Amino acid sequence: MRLNYPSSVRIIRVPCTGKVDVLHILRCFERGADGVYVVGCREGDCHYQDGNFRARKRVEQARQLLDRIGVGGQRVRMCNLSSSDAPLFTRFAEEMHQAVLSTGPNPVRTALASRKTAADPSAASPNKGGAQPHPPGRAGGV
Amino acid sequence: MIVADKKPIEEIIAQIANVRSVLVLGCNECVTVCEAGGKKEVGVLASALRMHFLQQGREVNVGERTLERQCDIEYLEEVRDSIDAYEAVVSLACGVGIQFTAERYPSKPVYPGVNTTFMGATLERGIWAERCQGCGNCILATTGAVCPVTRCAKRLLNGPCGGSTAGKCEISKDVDCAWQLIVDRLKALGRLEDYETLCPIKDWSTDRAGGPRKLIREDLRS
Repeated sequence: MRLNYPSSVRIIRVPCTGKVDVLHILRCFERGADGVYVVGCREGDCHYQDGNFRARKRVEQARQLLDRIGVGGQRVRMCNLSSSDAPLFTRFAEEMHQAVLSTGPNPVRTALASRKTAADPSAASPNKGGAQPHPPGRAGGV
Repeated sequence: MIVADKKPIEEIIAQIANVRSVLVLGCNECVTVCEAGGKKEVGVLASALRMHFLQQGREVNVGERTLERQCDIEYLEEVRDSIDAYEAVVSLACGVGIQFTAERYPSKPVYPGVNTTFMGATLERGIWAERCQGCGNCILATTGAVCPVTRCAKRLLNGPCGGSTAGKCEISKDVDCAWQLIVDRLKALGRLEDYETLCPIKDWSTDRAGGPRKLIREDLRS
């Protein structure tokens, strides 16, 4: 179908969304991701019965924790689609991309960049890209 | 097992507000099973703390370690070489582990990362219920293995009281009347005559009424 979706999305493949843990989501933010969305099979269609339901609960746990530490729970979401539904996949990617753009950069990434700049002021040069180690609006999808 | 619940992260952050390094110390036993203080929860809390401190612009070294048990000296000794690298410890073990860690490392501030709740069983994932209060003088043999000390709100040894309605306790419609459970169980076992036997006054000195308890078994001591 050759559909396009935002290049800011980095796909991390897992055998089932039931494999995704709160820790995986938090690590993404710790390393600078601006948003994470977990894309699972449609509810009721899980090959392992309830993997996508487990993922949804973990996404909710991560959302609450991120809210409490000031990163922002709105940066995490759960999506469900059929594996053959490419148009919906691109729609979710676009929606997440827009959500991340409107939310702004991950404050952890901003803090990491400032620390790096403080340690090495030459890293702030636009040529070296020290202030923005990743493209703006970077989102991870699973 | 000992059931614990996660402490709100705001509370943990407030406890360690001024430290420059902290070790998040988990336990592989009960708190792992009830998903409050195992290796995974250590990772989640440490990650959240790192992100919090980064946003505050503070450089705080957050370490992670999970011991087999925090209530045994030999496992606690495993961190003796590394604990000095940290200003404080957040223990995700039960209250026993937290206190024992503090006892073994007297110069190290140890803060609780969980709320220890009770000794209970897993009814289903995410639901635990109290089953034992450790009264030190078990009477389950006469009550069909249903504990009235734990499960009766009044700890009645000869029940039920007048607050039992349709098998439920008067404190809540969600709480079973322990004595209804005992009668049902004895009936199922064909031992209803046991119900007719009055339970004598219980010796509560083995319970908390006797103060902090200690068990000494000379047959095991070396």
